[in-house]
Amino acid sequence: MMNWIDIGTIDDIPERGARLVKTPVGCVAVFRTSGDEVFAASNSCPHKGGPLSEGIVHGNKVTCPLHNWVFSLETGEAQGADEGRIATYPIRIEDGRLLLDASALAAKDAA
Amino acid sequence: MQKLVIIGAGMASGRAIEHLLEAAPGAFDITLFNAEPRGNYNRIMLSPVLSGEKTYEEIVTHDADWYEANGVTCRFGEKVVEVDRARKVVVGEKGEVPYDQLIFATGSNAFIIPMPGHDLPGVVTFRDLEDTGAMIEAAGKPGSRAVVIGGGLLGLEAAAALRLRGMDVTVLHIATHLMERQLDPAAGYLLKKDLERRGINVILEAQSKEIVGNGRAEQVNLADGTELPCDIVVMAVGIRPAVSLAQECGLACGRAIEVDAQMRTSDPSVFALGECVEFEGNLFGLVAPLYDQAKVLAATLTGGEATFAMRELSTKLKVTGCDLFSAGDFAEGEGREDIVFRDPARGVYKRLVIENDTLVGAVMYGDTADGNWFFGLIKDGEDISDIRETLIFGPGFLGGDTADPLSAVAALPPEAEICGCNGVCKGDIVAAIDGGATDLGALRATTKASASCGTCTGLVEQVLAVTLGDGFQMPTAQPICGCCDLTHEDVRRLIKSQELKSQEAVWQELGWKTLNGCHVCRPAVNYYLLADWPIEYQDDPQSRFVNERNHANIQKDGTYSVMPRMWGGMTDAAELRAIADAAEKYGAAVKVTGGQRIDLLGITKEDLPHIWRDLNEAGMVSGHAYSKGLRTVKTCVGSDWCRFGTQDSTGLGIKLEKLLWGSWTPHKVKLGVSGCPRNCAEATCKDVGIVCVDSGYQISVAGAAGMEVKETEPLATVKTEDEVLEWTVAFIQLYREGAKYLDRPYKWVAKVGLNWIVEHLSDADTRRALNARFELSQSVYRTDPWAAEVAKSERYTPLADLTLEAAE
Repeated sequence: MMNWIDIGTIDDIPERGARLVKTPVGCVAVFRTSGDEVFAASNSCPHKGGPLSEGIVHGNKVTCPLHNWVFSLETGEAQGADEGRIATYPIRIEDGRLLLDASALAAKDAA
Repeated sequence: MQKLVIIGAGMASGRAIEHLLEAAPGAFDITLFNAEPRGNYNRIMLSPVLSGEKTYEEIVTHDADWYEANGVTCRFGEKVVEVDRARKVVVGEKGEVPYDQLIFATGSNAFIIPMPGHDLPGVVTFRDLEDTGAMIEAAGKPGSRAVVIGGGLLGLEAAAALRLRGMDVTVLHIATHLMERQLDPAAGYLLKKDLERRGINVILEAQSKEIVGNGRAEQVNLADGTELPCDIVVMAVGIRPAVSLAQECGLACGRAIEVDAQMRTSDPSVFALGECVEFEGNLFGLVAPLYDQAKVLAATLTGGEATFAMRELSTKLKVTGCDLFSAGDFAEGEGREDIVFRDPARGVYKRLVIENDTLVGAVMYGDTADGNWFFGLIKDGEDISDIRETLIFGPGFLGGDTADPLSAVAALPPEAEICGCNGVCKGDIVAAIDGGATDLGALRATTKASASCGTCTGLVEQVLAVTLGDGFQMPTAQPICGCCDLTHEDVRRLIKSQELKSQEAVWQELGWKTLNGCHVCRPAVNYYLLADWPIEYQDDPQSRFVNERNHANIQKDGTYSVMPRMWGGMTDAAELRAIADAAEKYGAAVKVTGGQRIDLLGITKEDLPHIWRDLNEAGMVSGHAYSKGLRTVKTCVGSDWCRFGTQDSTGLGIKLEKLLWGSWTPHKVKLGVSGCPRNCAEATCKDVGIVCVDSGYQISVAGAAGMEVKETEPLATVKTEDEVLEWTVAFIQLYREGAKYLDRPYKWVAKVGLNWIVEHLSDADTRRALNARFELSQSVYRTDPWAAEVAKSERYTPLADLTLEAAE
């Protein structure tokens, strides 16, 4: 069952940037692309734990600020030669409000 | 899980670990010892690092992070003291590690001729990064001289690289021609001629007698009385397998550790690979058989079946412009015939050695395009009697085709080897191209072709051209990144000439292939736009790396370091008190930096706006210790205090810093001002260095003191402080307008030439115009970013906290 929680507005996030949300499964980064799409994903790079919310957002991808791993925000998959993926979480926009599915975050915890 | 201990983190063991992780992830608990305090780098590429064509970072293949990410326990910088095979433990300096299986990958040491003086400081080998660093340092001294002992592959690469760095180089070689193991005398002659044309002095049949000097190597004396003064001696006469540890623990050793075709030593649970092994009487020094060994060893350890076999090797020299190739056996002998082709005007020489109607050896100089085709014929032992008449002209002539340079590559069979280092054949590359890898970078990523020593890059590109036809354009210059086809220089030029004043304009007008660039091109384009259009274009924080966006330096644990500016390195009691208060309040570690200021480490992101506000209130501003911009102006106390000071160096430093602070530049910029030629502010290794003298000020530029160390070069000598300010600003503005993003001034100066800069800046009108443009830009950027960021401090806090709600 989905449990949509209001975490703020799209304007709280810089375009081609990200903000953090603290959750029971750790920090989740909420990204906003140049096309005003939003994505939620784990903040921690599987390589060395770099904070992905501090990375450069280009297209629907983000580059880790520590060692330049690139991840698709849509699938969470590492791009190019690097192998790994970050967890992604359901998020949607309703009347400019950002709604994050808290059940996905809790489910991860239980599993 | 089996406990696997590996001694030595080099190219062979690095490759073996890759294969092991691939074949049996999680099957081994690996501990890796390395006496060098670092991971694995591509040792074959030390030559381009030495010549400055590559940096150390570019040749790292597995760093400590990589090993850690793959679960390998690293004991770097720790020597292995003993191996106790009875108890199955490896004893390191910091303790024991038990093993089920042990791998020796101890490599080799450079051989040092035990002549008198061989142990003087200034005598180096050419094996590792330390050696390379020592040579680069020696080359930094103007007019410095090097003697290279050994005219083999390694010695010549060292000689050519040192010459490129401007050293006066002499090569001493004991044989009658260079590279006698790989070349015949004719090719050796052409090579010597080519090297001499580059200003390298070659002495053949040289008997070195001794190295002399007062406390360090200053001269090499030959047996015939020749004296060669020098600043550094490079011994490159060969390598010796490093086997003492293996001998001490009783493993069977000949000249090296004896192994069978499964890489097993005389002890069934101990293996060896790389330059420290001996297989059927053979030793190994080239990378290709090492990689084969790695493959075999990984298969053996994971229960597979593989057998190591010797194979034919070919040789190329990694010296830009010296085109040579040799393969097989080219000694003269009974029953052997030669086919020779020479073109003196072009300096081309080709020789094929034929025995029993098969090709057994090939030596080529000046034109090596057909080398791989010949190498294929040698390896396959093909009967060449039918094609003998035109054989020397290569595959292009076989079908009566005209000599299209690409037809040689087109004629190669799929099993022809293209990349010798990684054993990649033409068929693999064509398959990868068909699978969508249609440029060099993609091919490297998918097949590893040309990813090690890089000499086959041209060949790989030709395979691309042949396979893709018109779909492939030979690259001329390196584009910024995969997002566009233009170089940094092109983009800078077009931003100015087409008056492109926004990122969107750049993406659109210059044909970007991605929506809004990537982490490589966007920071560069952002800089170019703000440097050329300071008023029209607004700096974009989302196109900056984390440090510049957050105005602090991120540390490995995700906290930040904060550094307030100390003008010219001056501070006072009130500032120090405020810094002490802030350190206490935010729990910071305190470090005094080399740039004469104080760093506060361990600040969390959320605290950043608070500590900035506190420091702002005490009158301090950002030190921009994180920026590609002006960092510090280091000064000495000058005539205010020092009995030797000739001018007010501190005051001048402060004036410079107040003028320049806040400006963005292609890379960081550091200045130094010394009050007299004793140079206590170390001004002559800065990007701009001022040395005060009685009669005025000497301005010099383009120094470096990082990976590379380089003394500044004189720009101008002036009489007044105002002139110092005008020249310095003019130089920095010229750098801001012209340099490639992430080139420090010394790199930019090396590209455009100091003469051009001096010529340009000698014109007073030009200097004034540059100053005016800098001042216009500074009207926007000479401001404290901390104060601005404090106003939007909510950006530094989490958007929401769901930990409480979910806990319910």
